[in-house]
Amino acid sequence: MAMSKKILEQEPSEMEMLLPWHAAGTLNARDARRVDEALARDPELAKQYAAIREEYAETIDLNESLGAPSGRAMAKLFAAIDGEPARKPSASLKISAQVAGFFARLSPRTLAWSASLGALALLLQAGVIGAVLLKNQTATYQTASLSTNEPITRALGPEAPPRALVRFAPDARVADITALLDNYQASIIDGAKGGMFRLQFGNKPMAKDEVTDLMRKLQSEKIVNLAVATP
Amino acid sequence: MQVLYGRHHVRVFRFGLRLVRDEQVAEDLISEVFLDVWRQAGKFEGRSAVSTWLLAITRFKALSALRRRKDVGLDDEAANAIEDTSDDPEVAVQKKDTSAALRKCLTALTREHREIVDLVYYHEKSVEEVAEIVGIPENTVKTRLFYARKKLAELLKAAGVERGWP
Repeated sequence: MAMSKKILEQEPSEMEMLLPWHAAGTLNARDARRVDEALARDPELAKQYAAIREEYAETIDLNESLGAPSGRAMAKLFAAIDGEPARKPSASLKISAQVAGFFARLSPRTLAWSASLGALALLLQAGVIGAVLLKNQTATYQTASLSTNEPITRALGPEAPPRALVRFAPDARVADITALLDNYQASIIDGAKGGMFRLQFGNKPMAKDEVTDLMRKLQSEKIVNLAVATP
Repeated sequence: MQVLYGRHHVRVFRFGLRLVRDEQVAEDLISEVFLDVWRQAGKFEGRSAVSTWLLAITRFKALSALRRRKDVGLDDEAANAIEDTSDDPEVAVQKKDTSAALRKCLTALTREHREIVDLVYYHEKSVEEVAEIVGIPENTVKTRLFYARKKLAELLKAAGVERGWP
């Protein structure tokens, strides 16, 4: 009892506490070097280390004497594994399996109708896409392989009157804009997107030079900040 | 799984047996441990050695088994009292067999002390790995082993074995 009390009163040093790991060879290089240095200069610590090496050897002997488990443990394990439910497939596999399962459940007649409906849906979709493209497309085409700076364009339908994107001055009055539109026989054909109006001039097509002159004249107007010819 | 089992089952069995002190229970333990590993293989993060992971699961299963046994009236202390046919430490010393006395005293340590001594000396686990297996801070690992060794010295001294420390 007295000895127990004495033992409990002793606070272990850091080196003392590391000795077992030093004996087992599981200290990192830095700590192992520190312990070696401490052992070299402290005979009491060296005595303790000798006792630890005995404990280390006997612990290994004791554990080795415990033998190995019988084959029963292995048989039990693999029987249990065989009895386990099949592993869950991944989410993507699960979804594809569900899709496959859905179609597998359909009768041939239902499948045929489904296929016809699918084809009809595709045709409708193609029609809608085509209509949208035609609506947005200008009546010109440009070759894909052309390497010159100036794109060659060719009108696909009857030639259109000239058009321009125009930005009016911020202080332009409505009366001034109306007067300008009258003077140029112009009409606004598209709203103010980004502060720009799309105007159409007259009802007849113009030659390129005429359009250039028109843009120059328009640009010189006091209430016009910007005028750019556009298809 | 067979490779993993072949490589680790003996050490898992011995660690479990030292904790539960019952061969039958220890054999059941290793089946449970490796079945858990098979079920949770995807959860192994690879941050620690496989053996560390296995020993942590084994410890958890062993403690659960001990708790179940306590529920049916056979606790750790009762298991300690089960008659051991080998010589007690005093007799071993009388026979001048210090090694046998040391082994006897190693067996007589508490479960907490046995596991830490085994993990460090036999399973060669670092401070960090023991902390991970037992679930305690690294400093506690060091002090717990120190006091396990002190207790061992006490038991040896009581059996008449003087080693010059402490």
